[in-house]
Amino acid sequence: MIADWRKDRQVVRAGIGLFALALAVLPFVVSASFGNSWVRVLDFALLYIMLALGLNIVVGFAGLLDLGYIAFYAVGAYLYAVLSSPHLAGAFPSLAPGLAWPIWVILPLGALVAGLFGILLGAPTLRLRGDYLAIVTLGFGEIIRIFLNNLNAPINLTNGPQGITGIAPLHIGGVVLGRGQDILGFTVPGIHLYYYLFLLLALGIVFVTVRLEDSRIGRSWVAIREDEIAAKACGINTRNVKLLAFAMGASFGGVAGGLFAGFQEFVSPESFSLTESVMVLCMVVLGGMGNIGGVILGGLLLSVLPEILRWGAAPVQQALFGRVLLDPESLRMLLFGLALILVMLYRPAGLWPSAVRRREFEEAAEEEKEIVGLEEGSA
Amino acid sequence: MLEVRDLKVHYGGIAAVKGISFEVRAGEMVCLIGANGAGKTTTLKAIARMVPAQGELLYRAASIVHRPCHELIGEGLALVPEGRGVFARLSVQENLEMGAYCRAGVASKGEMSADLERIYGLLPRLAERRKQLAGTLSGGEQQMLAIGRSLMSHPKLLLLDEPSMGLAPLMVQKVFEVIQSVAAQGVTLLLVEQNAQLALSMCSRGYVMESGLITLAASSSSLLENPAVRTAYLGE
Repeated sequence: MIADWRKDRQVVRAGIGLFALALAVLPFVVSASFGNSWVRVLDFALLYIMLALGLNIVVGFAGLLDLGYIAFYAVGAYLYAVLSSPHLAGAFPSLAPGLAWPIWVILPLGALVAGLFGILLGAPTLRLRGDYLAIVTLGFGEIIRIFLNNLNAPINLTNGPQGITGIAPLHIGGVVLGRGQDILGFTVPGIHLYYYLFLLLALGIVFVTVRLEDSRIGRSWVAIREDEIAAKACGINTRNVKLLAFAMGASFGGVAGGLFAGFQEFVSPESFSLTESVMVLCMVVLGGMGNIGGVILGGLLLSVLPEILRWGAAPVQQALFGRVLLDPESLRMLLFGLALILVMLYRPAGLWPSAVRRREFEEAAEEEKEIVGLEEGSA
Repeated sequence: MLEVRDLKVHYGGIAAVKGISFEVRAGEMVCLIGANGAGKTTTLKAIARMVPAQGELLYRAASIVHRPCHELIGEGLALVPEGRGVFARLSVQENLEMGAYCRAGVASKGEMSADLERIYGLLPRLAERRKQLAGTLSGGEQQMLAIGRSLMSHPKLLLLDEPSMGLAPLMVQKVFEVIQSVAAQGVTLLLVEQNAQLALSMCSRGYVMESGLITLAASSSSLLENPAVRTAYLGE
């Protein structure tokens, strides 16, 4: 096996090169054939991939069901919003005209603060598992959202339900990503620049997760997922390792949140509802819990598919029935739900499951066959 | 090796262990027998520092009552948890490797694979099933795997929690043969069992626990002849 890989190293390198090229030209191809709004969809897909990879650490690796994950996204987003908009100057006039810190300060700070919130959530829930943990995390997500909704008094920190506007768009040095840039006499639209930044960070997160998976930490996460007492008996410091899972997962969410705020230039509590948490969880479960490739696939599909359905629902009905029978907006959720049910029925371990999960499901199926076989034999 | 003085454990308001004292000397094989709910498992968990306890715990002449659980295994105090507790979705080999978690950075790759082979030599049934998922093994094989996994940490004192639980009589015999060969390698053993007959026939000394207290402490042979023990635990 290893010898084969070495022999094929050049092929692998060429493959990686082609893949990188494909990722690089993707926004141009998409905008040329479908329009710029679809590049925006791609940008969001990358944000969701980052979120799904972060949640995968908590749910997929460490086996801790988290239904409030979007709170960390919210923390990252609001941190960016508060630090890069004139809003804070309203509450603290001495800060006028706003802080305007550079992106390489705000994003790591967002990761750090979200990580701290992750520990804040993890610490009281160390002894909880399964359903109970899910309920507490769900509560945590709601608490953060409700705080954001109400922290406009006595000091106006979040501007309440109106959200924060006037956020400075993401900028690196003097380059404002929101505006198109002329590179070598060739205009690259702003939406493409966002794509490249998000892609870079998403690849960074993929790299970190891949390296974590087979590390000592990754192994101890798996051990805790499988059996906590046995993990303790193996000498794993379960408390720290669990907190680390929460913090790592949360920090990825914080980074994605900061990017989201700088991309949208507007944040409001509405964007961080329970449905969003559930959506990210769906991406992880549907793609294949614990498998990085699967989670990326899940994130991509679940963020792009609803857009395709939204776009296609009306014209397809027009062509089939001559008129639009069902509102595309509701039909899209209907079809989306159907797709989820079908995937879970026919691929219960996810579209692209991790090796461990696949083994488990295959063996369960085999055992079932054996039992059926025995029953048939005895009958 | 291990000295327990006035150990008390509470679960909320309920006292599970009400102040017991006993000792295990190096190279010994000692058992703790008693009925359901006597506090045997709690005692073991307290020694492994998995539940908070009051009293004095001396392991190799040093107090461990405030040490965290995950550090003790590095010093040779290992627990084979009740109900086996194997990592069901990992393979046999991966389970054994997890047992050596505390030795990463200390042991070399060569040592590690030598250890693996030594354990496969001791437990040939596992050698045939290296790649199989631990959850698909039979109960007895899982118990052997749990013992094998704890051996990967090079224990000096091994705490065994009901290794015979839920096993067929033939399998119980096999598991106890394994335990005996572990003891023969110089590992000190503290065994918690409900199968008093078997435990006493293997161990040199025994303690009888009843509702959180040690009621009898004697050599195995005298316990086996004790009329009270015979009526209560040996079904006569």
